[in-house]
Amino acid sequence: MSNTWSLTKIRIRLALRNKAFIFFGVAMPLAFLFFFVLVFGKGSSDRVAYVLGSILTLTVMGSFWGLSVQLVMFREQGILRRFRLAPVSAGALLASSIFANYVLVFPAIVIEILICRVAFHMTTWGNPFYVFVLVTVGAATFSSFGLIVASVTNTMQETQVINNLIWSAFLFLSGATVPLAAFPHWIQSVALFSPATYLATGLQGAMTQLATPHEVITDFIALAVGLIVSFEISRQLFRWEPEAKAASRAKLWVVVAMIPFLVFGIYENVYSNRLANIRRGFGSIFGDNAPSQHQGQN
Amino acid sequence: MSEPVIRVEDLHKSYGTVEALRGVSFEVHAGEVFGLLGPNGAGKTSTIEILEGLRAQDRGNVSVAGLDPQTAGPQFKQQVGAVLQSTALPEKLRVGEALSLFANFYRRHHDTEALLKRFQLEEKRNAFYSQLSGGQKQRLALALALVNDPVVVFLDEPTAGLDPQVRREIYDIIEELKSDKKTILLTTHYIEEAEKLCDRVAIVDRGKIIAEGTPRELKQRSGDTTRIEVRLSRPPRDGALKTLDGVTDVREFDGVYVLHSSRPPQTIVSLVKHLESEGSDLQSLEMFSPSLEDVFIELTGRRLRE
Repeated sequence: MSNTWSLTKIRIRLALRNKAFIFFGVAMPLAFLFFFVLVFGKGSSDRVAYVLGSILTLTVMGSFWGLSVQLVMFREQGILRRFRLAPVSAGALLASSIFANYVLVFPAIVIEILICRVAFHMTTWGNPFYVFVLVTVGAATFSSFGLIVASVTNTMQETQVINNLIWSAFLFLSGATVPLAAFPHWIQSVALFSPATYLATGLQGAMTQLATPHEVITDFIALAVGLIVSFEISRQLFRWEPEAKAASRAKLWVVVAMIPFLVFGIYENVYSNRLANIRRGFGSIFGDNAPSQHQGQN
Repeated sequence: MSEPVIRVEDLHKSYGTVEALRGVSFEVHAGEVFGLLGPNGAGKTSTIEILEGLRAQDRGNVSVAGLDPQTAGPQFKQQVGAVLQSTALPEKLRVGEALSLFANFYRRHHDTEALLKRFQLEEKRNAFYSQLSGGQKQRLALALALVNDPVVVFLDEPTAGLDPQVRREIYDIIEELKSDKKTILLTTHYIEEAEKLCDRVAIVDRGKIIAEGTPRELKQRSGDTTRIEVRLSRPPRDGALKTLDGVTDVREFDGVYVLHSSRPPQTIVSLVKHLESEGSDLQSLEMFSPSLEDVFIELTGRRLRE
């Protein structure tokens, strides 16, 4: 545990010295926040809260991208190799990535909430407990997804390609960029198989206070199971050496990490009325602009 | 003699179809500096990385401080320190932070301030790793290797690519470790490094140890002859150089004739006379005291840096 803590402190310092982290981790989500609130907020506290939920999701999901790239870079440069000589386990190294990322994400989340309160006249704090829980488990889960990508790819180029594919799917299907309620119903159903959806709908619901405890618990469990599975997979597949190549079939482990969400997706589609609630919530906030109002119930 | 700290028995390692190690065996005793000397690709790094626990052997047994590097885990890592052939750290990591970080990994560790001073890195304490020169990076690598006050130190080509001044600084540090009675295994392809630093040397070629002993023993084994390297304006007649006074062996490498002589002055006089009679000119002549290079040439017919 002390190794994990030592590594966590160093990872935080390294990130804060990295201009790319400041840009992608702090500046870009803030730019999105200003843009989305100005376009969709329209002075409504509820709308700002909803948009904020989406921006919090983007901020949390950013963990995915940064950690995979950093880990692959460390491996390619032979940095991991030096750590391998020391009594440091793969688990400690990976866990430190997740903890450091969480410590770095949290201030950005607080800043975004404060900006919405102060500058955009958001009158609610949402449900702070739900927000805290979802940000915490979400940051850890998406960090772990990043670590899996780092573990199954052999080069930075390959990492970027896989990151782009997964990131685009997460962004498109989560409802963090385009509201889920705006999609055709069949896409909404597919979205319930994506981990990003649980984070986005959870945080949107937590900020607008429309989420039910049952939904938040489901979101939490889905993300927590995803975290445990993906962390263990990345720990097992972890490679210290630049020349130790992952077999092509190792990439299938990314799919294995998504199995819990397959189960949750089936459950949510068959047994829960989450999509109806999402559409209803969106309709109540955006009124006539709500696409779901024109598309009927699922 | 004391129980060996490092024991290697019949080590084999292949990469695909390439046999990197073909039955390497040796022992290193407590407080000894043991060198693996050989050209690039001889199998030195494979051997040392197996001993560091970074690679698994295909066959054979190794033990370091009584532990198996592959299975002993953290207990093994607490006992050893290592400088890799090329050490890399995050660019934005400060020198002081790197030492403190690695010190925290070990149950027992040196005072990092003392290490900064010992390795002349005090002024670079707040410098980023990326801002260090090659020599400073290597000094930091050595400091990291010693941060846990290891029983065994592995140094893989510790001075490769460094300028002579920095190389001498590193030699001084290794000499200090030697006087601290650390058990050291180092790999090198620099003859002077092996001769200057090592108590015993194993000459490695193509995955095998072809000679082992103290530098003095090895040189004596090759006849303690002086090496004379000459470049001539015309190739000599076959076998002509072998007949020169005092010459014990003649080989040719890329137009350079390497003569081993037990009586160098007589050989040179005899050579000049021979060249006059043949109408040939001496383009260059260099003399070298007996060295491990000569042992390598004698045993392999090749130069160490071919």
